[in-house]
Amino acid sequence: MKEIEELFLPDEVHYMETHEWARDDGTSVTVGINDYAQDQLGDIVFVELPEIGDTLDKGEEFGTVESVKAVSEIYMPVSGKITAINENLTEAPELVNQEPYNNGWIIEVKPDDPDEINTLMTSVEYYEMLKGAE
Amino acid sequence: MKEPQGISGLKLNEPLLWEKGNKGRRGFSMPRRDVVPSPVDEGITGDGPDFPDLSEVDVVRHYTRLSQWNFGIDTGMYPLGSCTMKYNPKVNEREAALPGFTGAHPMLPIELSQGALELMYQLERYLAEITGMDAVTLQPTAGAHGELTGMLLIRAYHKSRGSSRSKIIVPDTAHGTNPASASLCGFNSVAVQSNEKGIISTEAVASIMDEDTAGIMITNPNTLGLFEENVREVAEIVHSKGGLVYGDGANMNAVMGIVQMGKIGFDVMHLNLHKTFSTPHGGGGPGSGPVCVKNILEPFLPVPRIIKEGGRYLLSNDLPESIGKLQAFYGNFGVMIKACSYIMSMGGEGLKRASQLAVLNANYIKENLKDSLHLPYDRPCMHECVFSDKLQEAEKVTTLDMAKRLMDYGFHPPTIYFPLVVHGAMMIEPTETESKEDIDHFIETLKTIVAEAKKDPDLLKRAPTRPKVRRLDETAAARKPCLAG
Amino acid sequence: MRYLPHTEEDVSSMLQAVGAEDMDDLFSMIPVKCKMKDSLNLPAPLTEWELNAVMDGFSKSMAVSPAYKIFMGAGSYNHYIPESVSYLLGRSEFSTAYTPYQPEISQGTLQAMYEYQTLVTRLLGMEVANASMYDGASALAEALLMAARITKRKKVAISELIHPHYREVVRTYLEPGDYEIVELPRLENGRTDISDLASMDDLAAVAIQSPNFFGCIEDLQAAGETIHEGGALFIASFTEPLAYGLLKNPGCQGADIICGEGQSFGIPQSFGGPGLGMFACRMKHVRDMPGRLVGKTTDLDGKPGFVLTLATREQHIRREKAKSNICTNNSLCALASAMYMASVGGTGIRELSCLNYDKAEYLKRGLREAGFGIPFDSPTFNEFVVEFGNNFKDIYNKLIEQHIIAGLSLTPWYPELSGHYLLCVTETMDREDMDTLIKEVRS
Repeated sequence: MKEIEELFLPDEVHYMETHEWARDDGTSVTVGINDYAQDQLGDIVFVELPEIGDTLDKGEEFGTVESVKAVSEIYMPVSGKITAINENLTEAPELVNQEPYNNGWIIEVKPDDPDEINTLMTSVEYYEMLKGAE
Repeated sequence: MKEPQGISGLKLNEPLLWEKGNKGRRGFSMPRRDVVPSPVDEGITGDGPDFPDLSEVDVVRHYTRLSQWNFGIDTGMYPLGSCTMKYNPKVNEREAALPGFTGAHPMLPIELSQGALELMYQLERYLAEITGMDAVTLQPTAGAHGELTGMLLIRAYHKSRGSSRSKIIVPDTAHGTNPASASLCGFNSVAVQSNEKGIISTEAVASIMDEDTAGIMITNPNTLGLFEENVREVAEIVHSKGGLVYGDGANMNAVMGIVQMGKIGFDVMHLNLHKTFSTPHGGGGPGSGPVCVKNILEPFLPVPRIIKEGGRYLLSNDLPESIGKLQAFYGNFGVMIKACSYIMSMGGEGLKRASQLAVLNANYIKENLKDSLHLPYDRPCMHECVFSDKLQEAEKVTTLDMAKRLMDYGFHPPTIYFPLVVHGAMMIEPTETESKEDIDHFIETLKTIVAEAKKDPDLLKRAPTRPKVRRLDETAAARKPCLAG
Repeated sequence: MRYLPHTEEDVSSMLQAVGAEDMDDLFSMIPVKCKMKDSLNLPAPLTEWELNAVMDGFSKSMAVSPAYKIFMGAGSYNHYIPESVSYLLGRSEFSTAYTPYQPEISQGTLQAMYEYQTLVTRLLGMEVANASMYDGASALAEALLMAARITKRKKVAISELIHPHYREVVRTYLEPGDYEIVELPRLENGRTDISDLASMDDLAAVAIQSPNFFGCIEDLQAAGETIHEGGALFIASFTEPLAYGLLKNPGCQGADIICGEGQSFGIPQSFGGPGLGMFACRMKHVRDMPGRLVGKTTDLDGKPGFVLTLATREQHIRREKAKSNICTNNSLCALASAMYMASVGGTGIRELSCLNYDKAEYLKRGLREAGFGIPFDSPTFNEFVVEFGNNFKDIYNKLIEQHIIAGLSLTPWYPELSGHYLLCVTETMDREDMDTLIKEVRS
C-alpha cells in the first residue's frame, strides 16, 4: 500500500472524511472514491450502485465498493437526486482502481443545494486529516 | 533442523467429473426390478439431470486423487487459532457408522428409538456438567446456529417480560458470526473495545449497558487467547440492568474441568462439538452447536425436548413458550455420537488434562517464538496465542507470506488476519494432541521462515511452490465468478 | 490416554520453558472465584472396547431395515448407499480437513465442492448453487429471508403442504423480523391452492414444496406464472431430490430460488441429522445468496484451480451486515451427495427414480384394490397418503410387533385427516414386503 505522500489527491475535487471525492460539474456533482480508498481496498471486484432517481441526504449510504476481502460503504457528499450511475463498473470494476477520478466515477447527483459542495474538504485539508490520523 | 516435513509427493492431475466417463457406465448396483413399470403423465416428466456416467473405478480414482491434494489433521499439524483442530479419534467413526444409528428414521415410534434418545439425553447431561448449566438443546447444527438459538432465547426471555430490547453488546475481538447472529435476530450490535490488556473492562461495559440492551456476547477465553478476567463483574453489570450474558464457547478447549461458565455469570452458551469435542471438520462441516442454558431460559428452548419418564426416554413438545425449531428433526445426531464417544473415552479428568496440555502447548509456542515474531500481548495465554507481522515490516513481508511459506514446509498455516484488533494477526492454536517433538519442529520451522524473510524474502513472496497449485487469482474469481461447470 | 501424547518428561521440560511451576500455575491468571473447586462429575473413562459395547447396546435397540420394514419418508428417506461412497468419505484428507480458506492445500475439497455445485445446478435446472446449508428446513428459511432482502418486502406465503417441521423452522427464523407469513391452503386433489395469490401484490416470495408433504407433485409451472404476476419471487422446496431424476425440475418451471433436503443422495438417515441443505438460485441474485461458494480461477502459473469466492457476503468479512451468519456448513455431506450422484450417473438416476415411482405405484394399487381410499388423486412420486380409517391404530401397533411400520399418521399436523397415513416406498422395499403389508392391513 502507498505511503500518504505517494497518494494522488488532485486539487480540482473536494474530499470527504470517509474518502469519497466530489466534483462540481456545474449543474451536477460527480462522485467517486479517492486514491487512498482504492489503494486501501485493493483490487475492486464489485461496485453496488444505487438506482437512478433515488434521493438521498448528505452522509447517507448510497452504495458499496467491494474488494476480495473487504467491503466499504460509500456516502453522499451532498444531498440530492441520483441522475446517473457508471454502468461500466459492472463489467470493469477495476476502473475504480485504475482511474478513480476519471473513468472510475461512480454516480452523478443533482444537488438540492448547489453550494453544499463547498462545505467539503479541499485536497490540502484532506491530506492533513490523513497525516493527523497516522 | 531434521529433515523438513514438506517435500513433494507424486500428485496426479484429475479432470472434472463431467470430463470423464462414457454414456452407459455406472458406478452403482441397480436394485432388482420386481414390479412392472407404471405410466407417468408426460406433462410432469422431465429429461433428468445431465450427470456424467462413470464406473465405480472412475469414481474411486477421481476422489482418491482429489483427496491427495488436501491436507488434513491426519496429514500434519493444523495450528488454526479458534478452530481447535485436534485429532479426530477413529473409534468415534466406528460408533457413528453402526447400522442401528445410520439406518434410524427420526420419526420412528418412541419405543423403537430408545438407544438414540438415551444417547442424546446422556450427552445433554454431560454438556450441562461441563458448562455448569441447567438444561441443554442439541438441536443447533453449528456454532453459528447455536448463536442464533441463543439470541432467539434471549429475545424470547425479554419478550415474555414485556420488553423489546434492541441492542446486543459485542466485543471488538468477537468472531464474525457473533454480530451476524445478533443481526439475524433483529438486534443492533454495539461494539465494546477491549482494553490495553486485550480484555473487556468493566468501565467500558458499564458506560454502554442500559435498559435497551438485551445482553452481551462474550467469548471466554477470548479470540486473543486471553481469559476475560473481569467476566464476573461484567456479568453483574449486565444483569443489574436486566440483560443476559451469552457465552460463545468456541474456546472451551482451554478450560474444561477448570472453569464452568454457568457458575461465573453466563446465562446461555453454545459449544462447538467439531472443535472442543473432537468431531471431524469435514472440509467445512457438518458440525454441531448445542446450547446450554440456566433455568430461567429453559422454558424457551427449542422443541422437542428429550425427557426421561419412568426409565423410558420420550420426546416432548409440551413447551408453550418454546422458540420453535431450528432444524427439521433433532440436530446432527451423527455428529453427537462422536462427541459423546469422545467424552465417554476421556472422562472428567481426561478432559481437564486435555485443557491443561492445550494451554501448556500454546504457552510453550509463545515463549519460543516471541523473539522471532511480534507478540502484541506479552502475558500468559490460554490455548492459543496471537502474533503479528510487525517485525517483518522492514522487508515488506506479511503474515500472508509467512503463512504461505509454512505450506512448503508441510504445515497448515495458523489463522491469519483474525482477530481484527491485531493488525496482521497470526493466531496459533496447537491443541493438546500435538506432541512436544511436533511442536518443536513447528517452532523451528517458523524461525527458519522468519530468517528467510530477512535474507531472501522472495522465497516467501513466491510461496507456496510445493502444493498442487500456487497462489490463486482471487480477484478474477470475484470479478467474473465461475461457479458451475 | 492415546490422544494425549505428552509424557511426564515432556510436561516438566515444557513447564520449565514457560516458567510455570506446575499445571495449576498455567491458570494463575484466572481469578480464584472463577475456578472450579471440585472435579467434573462425569463417568470414569471407558476403554475402546467398553465404549464399543455401550454403543453397540444403543444401536441394537433401534428399529432399522432390514429387520424392520419401514414405510416412512416424510423428510428422511431410506436409499441404498454404495460401499464405495462410504469408503471414499473415510479418506481422512477429506474428513479431517478444515474449511478451505487456504486454497493451495485444499484443492481436493474445493474441486469436489465445485463439482457438487455444478451437479446441483443440473439436477434442479438452476444457474448457481452454494456449497451447502444445514438442512432443507433452514435452507427454506434462508431462502425466504433472501427473497425479502431482494424485494424489500416483508410478507411471504408458504404452502400448508410444505413439511410441517420446515414450516416451524421458517416461523422461528422469521419471528424476529416482523414478517407476515400467510399459509396457502390445499385443494382436494392434494396440491396447493394458489387462487388467493391473485389478490396479493405485496409478497416477497411464495414457497411451494414438490413433491409436497403428501407426496403429491405440484403444478410448479402454473404456480410460477401466478407468483411472478404479483412481483414476488418463486421459491421451490423439496425433501426428496430423487424425484428430479424423473420429474421436470423446478428451474425449468420458473423457480427463482430452489432449496431442499439432499439426504437421499448418499447420506445415511442417522436419526435426522446431519442432512444436507441444497440451495440454488438465479445468477442475478448470487450476491444475495447465503452460504459458501467455490469458484474456478487460475494460479500464478496459469494453472486452473479453485477458491472460495464472493466472500464479502459472509460473516467473517461482513459481520453484522452479512447475508447470513452461516460459517460451518454441511460440506462432507455435500461431498457424499456428489460421490453418490457421480456413482449413480445420469443414466442410472433415471432408472433409479423410475424404480422408486413404480414400486410406490405398485403399493398404491395394491392398497386401493384391498379397499383402502387414496384420497388425493394428483400424481405422486415415492410417497402417498392412504386412508386406513379411524380404527387403524390397533392394527398399526400389531404390525409393529411384526416389524412392519405402516407409514406415518398425519393427525399430529392435520387433525382433520384422522385415519390418514403417509407411506413411502423406495428401491429398498421388495415386492414381497409390500405384498405382506397389503395382506396384513387387509385383515
